[in-house]
Order: sequence, then C-alpha cells, then structure tokens
Amino acid sequence: MPVAKVNGVEIEFEPGMTVLQVAERAGEEIPRFCYHERLSIAGNCRMCLVEVKPGPPKPQASCALPAADGQEIFTDTPMVKKAREGVMEFLLINHPLDCPICDQGGECDLQDQSMYYGRDGSRYAENKRAVEEKNMGPTVKTFMTRCIQCTRCVRFITEVAGVPDIGMISRGESAEITTYLEKNIDSELSGNVNDLCPVGALTHRPWQYHYRPWELKKTETIDVMDGLGSNIRADSKGAEVMRVLPRVHEGINEEWLSDLSRYVVDGLQRRRLDRPWVRGADGRLAPATWEEALGLVAGKLKAAPANRIGVVAGDLQDAESMKAALDLFRALGSPNTDCRQDGSALGHGPREGWLFNSGIAGIENADAVLIVGANPRVEAPLLNARLRKAWLAGKSEIGLVGEQADLTYPYSWLGAGSKTLAKLPKAAMDFLSKAERPAIIVGAGALGGETGPAVLNALGALAKKVGVVKDGWNGFNVLHTAAARVGGLDMGFVPGEGGLAAVDMVKKGALDVLFLLGADEIDASASGAFKVYLGSHGDRGAHGADVILPGAAYTEKGGLYVNTEGRVQMAERVVFPKGQAKEDWAILRALSAMVGQTLPYDTLDQLRAKLMADHPTFGRIDYLPAPASFDVAGLGKKGDLGDVGFASPVRDPYLNNPIARASVTMAELSAQRIAPVAMAAE
Amino acid sequence: MVGILEDKDRIFTNLYGLQDWTLEGAKKRGAWNATKDMLDLGRDWIITNVKNSGLRGRGGAGFSTGLKWSFMPKEVKDRPHYLVVNADESEPGTAKDREIMRHDPQLLIEGCLIASFAMQAHACYIYLRGEYVLERERMEAAVKQAYEAKLIGKNNVHGWDFDVYIHHGAGAYICGEETALLESLEGKKGQPRLKPPFPAGAGLYGCPTTVNNVESIAVVGTILRRGAGWFAGFGRPNNTGTKLMTISGHVNRPCNVEEAMSIPLKQLLEEHCGGVRGGWDNLKAVIPGGSSVPLITREMSETALMDFDSLREMRSGLGTAAVIVMDQSTDLVKAIARISYFYKHESCGQCTPCREGTGWMWRVLERMAVGEADPSEIDLLLDVAGQVEGHTICALGDAAAWPVQGLIRHFRHEIEERIANYRSRRANFAGHAIAAE
Repeated sequence: MPVAKVNGVEIEFEPGMTVLQVAERAGEEIPRFCYHERLSIAGNCRMCLVEVKPGPPKPQASCALPAADGQEIFTDTPMVKKAREGVMEFLLINHPLDCPICDQGGECDLQDQSMYYGRDGSRYAENKRAVEEKNMGPTVKTFMTRCIQCTRCVRFITEVAGVPDIGMISRGESAEITTYLEKNIDSELSGNVNDLCPVGALTHRPWQYHYRPWELKKTETIDVMDGLGSNIRADSKGAEVMRVLPRVHEGINEEWLSDLSRYVVDGLQRRRLDRPWVRGADGRLAPATWEEALGLVAGKLKAAPANRIGVVAGDLQDAESMKAALDLFRALGSPNTDCRQDGSALGHGPREGWLFNSGIAGIENADAVLIVGANPRVEAPLLNARLRKAWLAGKSEIGLVGEQADLTYPYSWLGAGSKTLAKLPKAAMDFLSKAERPAIIVGAGALGGETGPAVLNALGALAKKVGVVKDGWNGFNVLHTAAARVGGLDMGFVPGEGGLAAVDMVKKGALDVLFLLGADEIDASASGAFKVYLGSHGDRGAHGADVILPGAAYTEKGGLYVNTEGRVQMAERVVFPKGQAKEDWAILRALSAMVGQTLPYDTLDQLRAKLMADHPTFGRIDYLPAPASFDVAGLGKKGDLGDVGFASPVRDPYLNNPIARASVTMAELSAQRIAPVAMAAE
Repeated sequence: MVGILEDKDRIFTNLYGLQDWTLEGAKKRGAWNATKDMLDLGRDWIITNVKNSGLRGRGGAGFSTGLKWSFMPKEVKDRPHYLVVNADESEPGTAKDREIMRHDPQLLIEGCLIASFAMQAHACYIYLRGEYVLERERMEAAVKQAYEAKLIGKNNVHGWDFDVYIHHGAGAYICGEETALLESLEGKKGQPRLKPPFPAGAGLYGCPTTVNNVESIAVVGTILRRGAGWFAGFGRPNNTGTKLMTISGHVNRPCNVEEAMSIPLKQLLEEHCGGVRGGWDNLKAVIPGGSSVPLITREMSETALMDFDSLREMRSGLGTAAVIVMDQSTDLVKAIARISYFYKHESCGQCTPCREGTGWMWRVLERMAVGEADPSEIDLLLDVAGQVEGHTICALGDAAAWPVQGLIRHFRHEIEERIANYRSRRANFAGHAIAAE
C-alpha cells in the first residue's frame, strides 16, 4: 500500500483515497463544509485547504486532491492556519449574526468551525448581503441569507433523490440556491437536505422554533413507517417526541431518512387514545375504566365459540404484542389469526419466501432488477435511492411490471399486470437471464387478491428459470410495506388449521368477536362481530369498535421489529404512553388472566425469551442472513394468472397508517402530492 | 523601420483587414500551403517542431503549447480526443483573437486541423465569446468555405477526417477559463472544474481534450511552414516568437500590432502607438497584460520588455499582451476599483474566497476612490487580496487580487493622500463606517 506522511507521521492508505481521507486516517481533523462522503466532490468551500509537498506553493483543497505515494501533508502549518482563517472570514462576512434565533444553533458546523478555525473578530465594515427566502415545500424552511453556497443540498437532490429541483442561479455574490420557480421539492427524501445543510439556511419547517438541540433527550430506536426499519434517533422533550433524525446504518438507510419517517412525529401528539372506551347501549362510546373494558372483552371472548373469535394484527405492531395475541388466541383455541390485512399470499413455506433476500444494501450488486407490482419510490424511498445509486453507477438495468410511475431512474416497462407474467416478453427474459446477479422485487401490489398465490408461483418459476436464486446469490426479494409483517410471518401469525384469513374474518357474520390489534387498514364495517380495538390512535379501527383499549405508539414501547430483509431490530422506548394507555403486550397479558388463560410471562423480558425460544430467528438482533438457496419454484400455488393490473397498495404514502393520518405535516405533504401548488415564499 | 518585426516575418498578414479574408485571399497569403505535407511528416514531427519553436500559450498563462499537446494520450482508446479552441476573449483590453477571426480565419482553421491531427482528434470546437457576433458569422462563413474546398470535413484532401464546430457562448468572462469553458460547452453552467483531473485526461464529455487559445493555434501553420528555428529566432530565450499586442488607453494611436516578443515596452508605445499622450513623462502607469495583471510604473516601463520573464521579474505578467496605458490624468484608485467591479461581477460564485472576497475588495476600493476610508484599511485590503489569491479553484481569484496588490504596491501613497484629503475637508471626522452586524 502507498504511504504518505501527515504532519511527519507515516500512514498507509488505499490507492484512490483523497488527501482529506488520508489525513483523517492519520487522526487529523480537516474542517469542511461542502465535502460529504456520500455526495460528489464539489471542492468549493475551500475550508479543507492543506499544504502538500511536493506541490505548488499554495494551499490545496484536500477533499478533491488524490493522495500520492510519498506525499507529505501538513495540516498545522502557518500557511494552513492562515488559509482556514481567511476562508472562515469570507464565509462569515455575509453570514447574519442571528445564531440566537437560528434553529441550527448548537448543532451548526459554521458555529463549531468558526470557534476552532476562525479569528476572534470581524474586519468587515460593509453592509451584509441579504437574500430572500425561498419556498421549497412543507418540509424545508429556508433562511437563504445564512446560505454559504456549499451546494450539498443541490448535490443530494440531484444525485441521491434524483429530482432536478434545487440548483444555484446567478453568479458571484448574487448566487442563490433555489428551487428555480419556488416550487416544492418533489421528493420523498427532501428532509435530508436540512440535515445536510451545514448552516441554518435549510431547517426543518415542521419543527421550526420548537426546541433547542441541547434540551432534547436522545434515544436511538427503529422506524416503523415502512418495511425497511430505518435506524433513527428520536429526540424528546418531556413527554413529547420533538423530532426524528436518521442514524447511520450502512445496511439499511445509510444516513438518510424518508420524509414520512421523519416528519410523522407530530402525529404522535394528535388523535391519541389515552383511556379505555366502551360503546354503550345508545351506540355511543363512553369512557370506561380498564377493569370495565377488559372485563367486557373477556366476557365476550369466553362466551363465543373458539372458532367464532379472531384477531387481526396491524402494520405497526411490535413482535412482542403479536406474540402475546397469538399465544392468547391459540390458548383460547382459535385458529383465526392473521397479520396480512392486505390479503397477501405470503406466509407459507420457507422463510426466504417472504424476505428481501438480497438485502437492502445487496440490491446494489444486482445487475438486472425486475420490479413486479411495487412502486419503491413511495413504498420504500430509501430502497429506491439504492436502486437509483446502482443505476447511476451503470451497474444495473431495471424492468417494471405494474403501474408506470416516475421512479427517478429509467426502466423498461414490460406490462401492467398478471397477464404480462403469463407470457413475459423475450426481451425481459433475456435481460434477466443474461445477468450475472438478477433480482426480482415483488411488492404487495402483485400478491394480494385471488390471483396472489398464482402470481407468486409464476414469479418463483421465473426466478428459478433465470437464475435469481443460485449458489451465493439470492435475488428473490419481497418488498413489504408494513413494518410488522415479516415479524408476524416469522412467528406464524397466519390462520391456523381451518382458520380464517383476515379478509374473511371481516366478512359479515364470520365471527362473534373480532380483535383488531392496531389493525386500521382493513375495512371491518361489514362484520357484525363485537369489535375490540387495541391501538394508539382514534383512527379507522377505533371508529367502529365496541371496546377501545388504548395502546402505545412505536415510540412508547420497547419492541422487536423485523424488516423486509429479515433483519431483527430492537426499538427502545422514547417516552411513556399517553394518559392511561399501556404497552400493548401488557394489556393482552392482563386480558389473558381475565379469560382464564394466563400467558406465561410477567415481564417484557420473559415474553421476549419465550418468543426467541419459540422462534430462534428473533434472537439474532441486527443480523442479516447470508444468501441461502431455497426452493423458489415451490412458492404459492399454480393457478390461473388471470388479467389483473398490479397497483401498489400504498396509494398515498403520507396517509398510509394511523400515525401519518393524524399528522398535520403529512396532510400537507399529501395535499401537495395530489395537487402540487407553487406557494409564494412568506 | 517601425518596431522590430519586419513585414516579411509577420504571420497575420491581414491583421487590419485590408485584404480579402476569404479562402481565396488567404491562400494567396500562404494559408493552407503544404498542409498535407506537414501532416505526412507525422504527429511527432509536428509536436517536436511546436516544442522547438518555443511557442508559449497565448491566452495568458504562457504554458508551452507543444508540451501541452504531448500530454494527450498517445493512443486513442475507448474515448475520442477533442481539440477545443478558446475564442472567449473577454479579458478587458484584449482584442487580438477578434482580429484573427475577422480577417485571417483560415489560419485558425488550418491550425485547428494541424493541432487536431497531432492530438488525433477528429473534432474541434471553437468556443466564441457571446459578444462576438460578427466574428461568429465570419468564422462560420470561413468554415463553410473550407468544407466546400474539401480542406476539412469527411474525406478531405488532407486525409484526416476532421470537423469544426463553432459554438457561441453567452458572454460570461469565466467561460474563458478552460474547464468552465468545457462545462459551458457541455451545456452546463459555466463554472470551473476541480483539477486534477486535467482536461488532457478527462475534458469535454469526459474525453481527453486540449484547450488552446486562438492565437496559439493560428500561428502553428506558419511556424511549421517556416520552421521552428525561424519562430524561435524572435525574442529572448524562453520567450520566443511573434505576438499580437493590443495597446489601448492614453497613447496617441491605440492599435493592434504583431511584434516580436521581448520588444521593449517603451519602443512598442513610441513606435507603434505614436507615444504616450502628452509625452513619455506624462505616463503614470501601464497594465501590460490585460486587466488581471498588476500594473507597473513609468520607471519600470522604461526597462520593461514585452515578454513573460521580464514582466514576471517586475511582479506583473505578460498575460494576453493587452497593454493598457494610463497617463497622469488617470485616477488610478478609481480605475482599479472599476477593474475590481468587473471581477466581482464576473466571479462565478462557486468557491468562497472569490465569491466573497471580490465584492469586499470592490466595496473598499470604491470608498477609497473618494477617500472615505481609514488608512488601516489599506493593509486590510492587501490582506484580503492575499486571502483570495491562491485559495480558489480557478485563476479568477488571482486575477481579481493582482490588480489590487499592484495598486497598493506602487501607489499606496495616492490612496493615503486621498484619505487625508477627504478627512481634511471634514471638520468632524467620525471614523469609517460602523461594522455591520
């Protein structure tokens, strides 16, 4: 390996590294604004100047300079110090002194670096520049006077998010970052530009002036808004979650986060169920005590025949509460348990049959990807960013069967639905079979309904034929839209022998007691059963319920979630449940005692131990199974594919779950999605 | 005789447009003569001869043209090679390429063919300054004539398939910087690229590219025809050849003239321009190489030679050899403030020191021009100029800093006087403007 000297200390480095990376490797911190390791190199802030020998007698931008063998790098010479002070001064002369009212204050790169690398006073005696604010949509608040033109936001939006919505207009001093015609940023990753902005020019509009960063308690946890299980840090003040920021996880979200996951948090404060309710004889819900509510439910459960009761688990449930519900209903003798509100055909056969087997990061290695019945841009924006990254690198070709949509990268559209699968065009077959590592991404849009099993079977056969599953590579990928789904399938939260599937349970007269465990995405209005809703928000499930048991939202309970690639992750409690609400598993445990089938665990730890003992996959936290071969052709059931159009079940990603539907920000984003209007800046 | 260069040694024999500019006329003056024979002698012969002629880039930086060509990959691999001719002549005071394109376009086109052949490029782009509308029309007409005569194009008489494209810029000074020019040519915003990679490795559309000034290319044909030794015979060692010089300002006859390198500045002004307005003693300062180089005083002008090394020794530069003469009536502070405004206006805004520093320098200079400043601000200004110089992506930062440094170096006393006068006219001087918050 080549060797360079950093401040006189020899250090080995990989060929292709930049001077900045070599210096970092040697433990020298290089200040920077425009450089970001996940974006292209701009080299325009000039803060990372260092002295390099051999080289010209002037400081060099280390972020863009390739390191060379035998190079001497100096980061602490008078020349470097003066260069940094000079650049810092230039950045500050037109930067307003409004730190006390700036949301970035306290976590601002410009503040920090001016402390370390700047001079102590200002020599600038002219008037400062002022720049008008720009409208960038409901997620981004702009104070463009603070902008230092580092162009991180421009590069993120064009490279990672893949929309050409932000750019720099004009030149010289008049250069401004803008969305050109002040339109909204049409991206589901727009919030990341606020994270990237090293100053307070772009800040989170929904949280504007809500907190100072040093007031917040920071809890590292897991996001449940889509099937990816992005790693997040939830910051809380008192009993309220104030904001959600991404944590770095190279295998899942890198360091990005979708707008849905990020800005949904105001939904945690609205329309909350904070006490039990019971529907009285007059048909109106009335407040009740826990004893009354649980007693009523226990009575109904005991009175009904075992095959006339059933439970449907929702999309945001933690594995523990699903395990408790499953154990309770099995103990009561009911086979009617299901976690598939969308009636998906998954859940039978080997575990690989419902996983995203290549892994989220692994999809970048696929050289041909066939997307079937999914719109990754709305269902899993960060997965879509990965696909775009692979396409940008020229590594993959992409085909689509299903609804056509703007995915931020070009793809060949092969057909609209199941009819296409019955006879895939030769070109489509060729591009898959030619590929070394072909992958199929199948979404919930293809697997629901009557034809679901047949579609799954056809895809399995195709996968086998073109070599999607082979030694060392498993490109059969199911993209789940629900955070709870894989956990549910892993523990067998599907109908037992002779049991009813979710879509059948809600049919008229199918059951006497229907227990909705956070299940809001299924229409149970036709069912004449006695309906119990356990959940956190007064949403669809609660509206028709006869008894409401207030549960905890995902930030209010510790829990295990299994993401779409089968990775088990543990979420932490950020704040306590609202009012009288309890953690979901504890409610089910209390109910079990009242129906005389006491569940064998008294603490969350005991419950987890039981879960892990019954289903060992839950015991391996943050573990991604290696690609394993399995009988992919045996999936689903052979049958008539019919002629069904595949449509993503996520019609509006911003209104896809009870928390999002309670969020004001999500409502704004949704409105913008339906009718994008260019709002004038205020 | 006027000047040093004899008429028989002029390359641009139609510099003043007194003769026919068309292909026919150009051929009579020697253009396209024996071009095929030169190509037959091979690439190495061409590059060696250009190297031996000592031709240094005529765009301002003065890098050896032959050496630059030799940086191109020896073999054409998966990516084509390109020649780009920089005709974005925007340096204030410079008007040499304009005359070439107006009156001797065939010399440029011939040079393009030879240079492209030497670098194995089949396509050449000529990037014209936005304001050069007439020149574009003339160039397009000349290119058309060359195509019709089968001098260039597919299956031409020279046996090297070669296309010339004229691209009209939008009038930004920064697009004269070679990588900004390439960005603009690609249809993007004209902002300089980071180097490395240099254009010879990854230039236009990521392909190996050489960017040359119009004059550097236009002289190549004649150099090869008359021999490297002939060209190297003019001027001092390392500063050889003939050079177009544009003299403007306070001389009796401002003009464009082709002269031998290393001609004494005084001789140039006296013999070609009829001397400084009001006599040599009325001279105050000279900017010898276009607005971006530091000015020199009358005393220095006595001995200055018009070449790279002599002017560098005087801490100025030959630049584009655009001599701007200023006599005693000139308000130098105001003049440099105006130049500063130009650079502030033309900064692309990409990197920090130039974006912020050019405006700062201009504002301070504007105040100094009326005297509304503090004497300590002169050192501040010098310091700010030093913070811009050498800290930017491209050379525009240097170009903005040098005139200011030159002014303070040689005429600091004038600024001090200006400030003192301003204060003496005011009974209660309250100090300079209060710092913005």
